[in-house]
Amino acid sequence: MAETVAQHAAYDSKIEGNIIFTKVDTAINWMRKNSLWPMPMGLACCAIELMGTGASRYDIARFGAEVMRFSPRQADVMIVAGTVTYKMALAVKRIWDQMPEPKWCIAMGACASSGGMYRSYAVLQGIDNLIPVDVYVSGCPPRPEALLEGLMKLQAKIDKESSALAHFKTETPVSA
Amino acid sequence: MNTVLSILRDRFAGAILDTVEFRGEHTVIVEKARALEILRYCRDELSFDYLIDISSLDHYGEEPRWEMVYELYALGNGAKHHLRIKFKLPEGEKADSVSAIWPTAEWHEREVYDMMGIEFEGLADHRRILMWEGYPYFPLRKDFPLAGRPSEMPEVAFTERAPLAGGPFVTTPTSAGTPHREPRSREMD
Repeated sequence: MAETVAQHAAYDSKIEGNIIFTKVDTAINWMRKNSLWPMPMGLACCAIELMGTGASRYDIARFGAEVMRFSPRQADVMIVAGTVTYKMALAVKRIWDQMPEPKWCIAMGACASSGGMYRSYAVLQGIDNLIPVDVYVSGCPPRPEALLEGLMKLQAKIDKESSALAHFKTETPVSA
Repeated sequence: MNTVLSILRDRFAGAILDTVEFRGEHTVIVEKARALEILRYCRDELSFDYLIDISSLDHYGEEPRWEMVYELYALGNGAKHHLRIKFKLPEGEKADSVSAIWPTAEWHEREVYDMMGIEFEGLADHRRILMWEGYPYFPLRKDFPLAGRPSEMPEVAFTERAPLAGGPFVTTPTSAGTPHREPRSREMD
């Protein structure tokens, strides 16, 4: 390695070996996508699979998302796992509003995505009626592999975001 | 168990309208006016110390419309007996609260009120228990469609009709009477 660096005589080899050139977006997105702290919004049986995903066999820590935060103020991604009733929907919305930007949402399972089999007076027909959803995971409930696949899809989505630009955009006053 | 029934028949003659036995389960149908007295006697004298559940039935289109069901259980004395007490009441009339006899009845009665809209005389806490405060309907009534009705309450909550047509469990009727028997697909509005 040392010989390769030494070939570029125009640079100080000691500094050159410790510098990485990249785009700001790439660096920000790399940090964000590998440290997604989930807000586990466990509302029904999907929450059991969510716990399985977090446990040793499936090990969500491989994707940097093992830090389940029960305070919305420390969370990056809300995993809505289960049936959202109208009564609970208000609480879910309120917790979502308390999460700091940037934030993402995974609708885990049929109920969170569309109301599932509960076509009744009490159940919200999909959490996307209230909050923006980034990834829908199908299944009733989805297996841990499916949730991890959804998480990887979210990571791929974060990778494509113009994070630096979005940051400067929020700095300028938005005309109401 | 037969002694329990004969005691009840002797003591409350006239107020016991019928007794039914089905697969070892005993049901006593009583008059509404003396129901509270009979239930208290069951707890105090017949040692039915455990109130399993209170539920209600909607005999939609019949008179009287409501029917209250009390599931009692005797845990003490080593003898485990189950007893079901029922009475009917018309729409607009209040049922007597049994929360003074069994404190657990408070939540059961709140659920009956929430789902069916039957009110209770003497129930201290008359809030809804499952639906949110201010919800305008009683969803377990027969004339309430399974799909729900839209309701709008700013700052509180909203509900929308759940789409039933093409839903996962909507089946084609097997006979002409099916849509009438199964209100899930019936439009009541």
